[in-house]
Amino acid sequence: MSETIDPAAPSTPAENHRPQLVFGERWVYDPAPQSSDHVQLAERYGLFIDGEFVAPRSRRYFATSNPANEQHLAEVGQAGPADVDAAVSAARAAQQDVWGPMSPRDRSRYLFRLARLIQERSRELACVESLDGGKPIRESRDVDLPLAAAHVFYHAGWADKLQLAFPGSKTSPKGVVGQVIPWNFPLLMATWKLAPALACGNTVVLKPAETTPLTALLLGQIIEQAELPPGVVNILTGDGRTGAALVSHPGLDKVAFTGSTGVGKQIQRTLAGSGVDLTLELGGKAAHLVFEDAALDQAVEGVVKGIFFNQGHVCCAGSRLLVQESIHDVFVDKLLRRMERIRVGDPMDKNTDMGAINSGAQLARIQELVQCGVDEGAVMHQSSCTLPEKGFWFRPTVFTGVAMSHRIARDEVFGPVLSVLTFRTPEEAVEKANNTAYGLSAGIWTDKGARILWLAERMRAGVVWNNTFNRFDPASPFGGFKESGFGREGGRQGLEAYLRFHDDPFTQG
Amino acid sequence: MVSPAQPRVAAPVDAVALETRAAELATRSIKKEAKRCGLLLALTMTDLTTLEGRDSPGKVAALCRKAAHPAPGLPSVAAVCVYPDLVPTAVQALAGSSIAVASVATGFPSGRTSRALKLDEVRRCVDDGASEIDMVIDRGAFLAGYHEAVADEIAAVKQACGPAHLKVILETGELATYDNVRLASLIAIEAGADFIKTSTGKVKPAATMPVVLLMLEVVRDHYLATGKLVGVKAAGGISSAKLALRYLAMVNETVGDLWLTPERFRFGASSLLNDLAMQLARLDAGTYQRPDDFGKD
Amino acid sequence: MTRVDVRKTYKLFIGGKFPRSESGRTWEPDGAQGTNVALGSRKDLRDAVAAARGALGGWAGKTAYNRGQILYRLAEVLETRKASLAEELRGSSRLSAAAALKQVELGVDLLTFWAGVPDKLQQLLGSQNEVSGPFFNFSTVEPTGVVGAVAPDAPALVGCLALLAPLLAGGNTVVLLTSEDNPLPGLALGELLAVSDVPGGVVNLLAGRRAELSPQFASHRDVDGLLLAGEPDPALGAAASDSVKRVRNVELTPAAWRRLDTLCTLHWARPFVELKTLWHPKAP
Repeated sequence: MSETIDPAAPSTPAENHRPQLVFGERWVYDPAPQSSDHVQLAERYGLFIDGEFVAPRSRRYFATSNPANEQHLAEVGQAGPADVDAAVSAARAAQQDVWGPMSPRDRSRYLFRLARLIQERSRELACVESLDGGKPIRESRDVDLPLAAAHVFYHAGWADKLQLAFPGSKTSPKGVVGQVIPWNFPLLMATWKLAPALACGNTVVLKPAETTPLTALLLGQIIEQAELPPGVVNILTGDGRTGAALVSHPGLDKVAFTGSTGVGKQIQRTLAGSGVDLTLELGGKAAHLVFEDAALDQAVEGVVKGIFFNQGHVCCAGSRLLVQESIHDVFVDKLLRRMERIRVGDPMDKNTDMGAINSGAQLARIQELVQCGVDEGAVMHQSSCTLPEKGFWFRPTVFTGVAMSHRIARDEVFGPVLSVLTFRTPEEAVEKANNTAYGLSAGIWTDKGARILWLAERMRAGVVWNNTFNRFDPASPFGGFKESGFGREGGRQGLEAYLRFHDDPFTQG
Repeated sequence: MVSPAQPRVAAPVDAVALETRAAELATRSIKKEAKRCGLLLALTMTDLTTLEGRDSPGKVAALCRKAAHPAPGLPSVAAVCVYPDLVPTAVQALAGSSIAVASVATGFPSGRTSRALKLDEVRRCVDDGASEIDMVIDRGAFLAGYHEAVADEIAAVKQACGPAHLKVILETGELATYDNVRLASLIAIEAGADFIKTSTGKVKPAATMPVVLLMLEVVRDHYLATGKLVGVKAAGGISSAKLALRYLAMVNETVGDLWLTPERFRFGASSLLNDLAMQLARLDAGTYQRPDDFGKD
Repeated sequence: MTRVDVRKTYKLFIGGKFPRSESGRTWEPDGAQGTNVALGSRKDLRDAVAAARGALGGWAGKTAYNRGQILYRLAEVLETRKASLAEELRGSSRLSAAAALKQVELGVDLLTFWAGVPDKLQQLLGSQNEVSGPFFNFSTVEPTGVVGAVAPDAPALVGCLALLAPLLAGGNTVVLLTSEDNPLPGLALGELLAVSDVPGGVVNLLAGRRAELSPQFASHRDVDGLLLAGEPDPALGAAASDSVKRVRNVELTPAAWRRLDTLCTLHWARPFVELKTLWHPKAP
């Protein structure tokens, strides 16, 4: 503790003698590491096919490491076409002989078991999630895990009530579903995919992301513990080739993909004309609209969380800030001051607010786009935090003086980078907000209820958060407009993707 | 109060987001040296308080001795806070120490008495040697929209304080909404408050983290706009060291170093002191401690 | 030598505690001969209603997800206490051990169904409504409030759970009069509720004479709804009309009481929620 600061006098003023706050010199937090002794990772994990962990046919494995320090964590299998074949066959047999014919009540009970086990092993799963992916333990512990368990609980309760969800329609499971998920919320995305699929009587082949396979594999262990019949859920680790092999496998009835817009378009192209149902949850470039009558400090908090939560690795991240011109300076002032308080560092420290960038590749992409922002003439502001020596790190960054024609206003960075623009009227705000190929989410900040509803009506976005942001709930349908994808996850509407409606005349193309 | 009321309106506060931010700050994990620093700081920020109908000279004298020596090896607290008629007792008991004598005033806790009596009470307290005055605002007037009258009263009390510093108790539990707390904070600051204080401790809820977070945001913005530093006192319901550390983390990350001092932040508490001493002893010994080993005055 | 066993007095369950009847009375029910059970009085009912009213704010104020979790927890507890509940269910009746166990398992299945209802109720019973004009309009459901329930004589356990679960799923608090023939399993539920994270006062369990207590349920002005096993009773209905209670009667065959498809429909919950419709203008 410093004894030398005179508490009564302001610190040295800036050149223009404006009052300045001082942070971080009187009281420094000690490291507060989350204990992870109870976490025991195997040296090597096989693929989870037909109820057991087996070696990939090719006997090829690859390493997964901790992006915060580049330390090796474990080896996981590289699933090839033969493994995909085996998994799809197992899923088909399980669907036809066991899971499909099973009473909905029994399916419901299996899912409740799964939910409980996820709850019980939460601490372990949260630790592994942070180690494998780089997100702060506070987030995996307080956000990812509770939401994952809740998602399974919620869908367990739908399994025996499908006739209530779509009254008047006769439905059956689609059959065998292939699901490819991203690296930003590995376990959560796994539950978002598995839970509705299983609740509707389908069986699954799931492919977790290349850089974050571990929690999906632990989920495989949990599925064993819950004694789910073999083949109901199959988990194939691997790189992009595994995903490609899976989505194009002729044995699938449906494909669900969450990931980049580029890959999503590829998948849609691959499946064109095949009659296989597809849902996509892709990228975004969401805008916050902040009006002068907003609760400003809370809006700042929401904007900060909207872009720096999970290092900005969020499809629905609020990566554009459209602020009413009359409050631009006040708001940006508060925003930059708040940004300085973000604690960037060891994901396993309980006080860390922002963790590591998921991979070297992602870091390079962020750096490229940020350089672009500088080159295009926007003004860059970055946190002055110290970054760790090893691992993949990027400072919280804000660009002011951005125009809609700049790449940093149009391209998804998928990192902790915010672009600030202004507007004068509600109509102008909507126009700028919608001026994008994406349409996943939006944030509206104003004290006026009528304005919220008027704007929400006009926002071309699948999720509109009002005076809040990044709120998720299993009961709340989530998904995008336009090139952010199609289909919804969560809520009653989220079940549609996993059911065959007997009176539906359409085939997807 | 002159009808019709002319209510003022302050910028809105979103309760859900405010509470979420406070809850997030409450997850800070303070360990080892940082914990020791924090516990000691909290101790020096404590206004050791007794405000009961049954307070006697003996009780106040004992409290003052405890204030000066909370436990072996520990520094003294910031102030002792008592009812007006016991100020002379406290002043005598604390003679020669650096601990301030704070007195509640203006018809504490309800404030439901005449302006004349309120001002007279303040002057007497200051004459008797109180160097800090904790006044209560007129919540009835505030809720009825007579904001100018509320401001007026605070300014008059400030004047009556003379050299003493003025803390203005908002009684946030009765103000009910965060919007009201923000407005009352602004009114108090503009009228001359040296500190804004959450509660009398007689009404639940007393201090809460979201309410104090809001008050810190108000004093932060005021400082940035005017250069004037106004303190914040969280009073009532803070009886554990753990909670006190959470408040300090909140101060640390909202307003920073300029408020991490007894000059700018206080805890109004009584049983907090023993828990701070106990937690410090635990840090030293490495084992869980026993309440009975710490003096109960 | 046979062991001298310890015999339990079955008490009421009010406000999370287990009081005897304030009247001091006890009785030996027909279906549970040899056991003393507290004989509930109108004052016990009065206390139970007060407890239910006091607990309503907290229960309705929990998230729907939380209520669902609590119902699932109750199912978990019931499952692990199957054997003892089956014993109480047999009582002094002719129910076989197998039939008793089956009934308890049915109870678990019932609870598991209703555990999955709370967080879906708004989507199933609420709506957003397209009105003519620049207005946002939506309808949500809220709990009716304190609901009095009278269980059938048989089935003595499922008869209680089938009334309780849908009411709780809707966010209501309940005062339930257990089976007059065999109140033991119903009262035993109290012991399970007490360890299942169900807050005190959310469920209150009485034992006693239907003829004595039903009119009290019907005339008590602080009871908002009535769910009565048996055929409609004009006298009870008339008494209920004084406070415009929502009243439903249910009469099922023994076979129907054993069918989950009959017991697990939204019809059981719908009468005990209130629909609220909100309007708000849309303008920049």
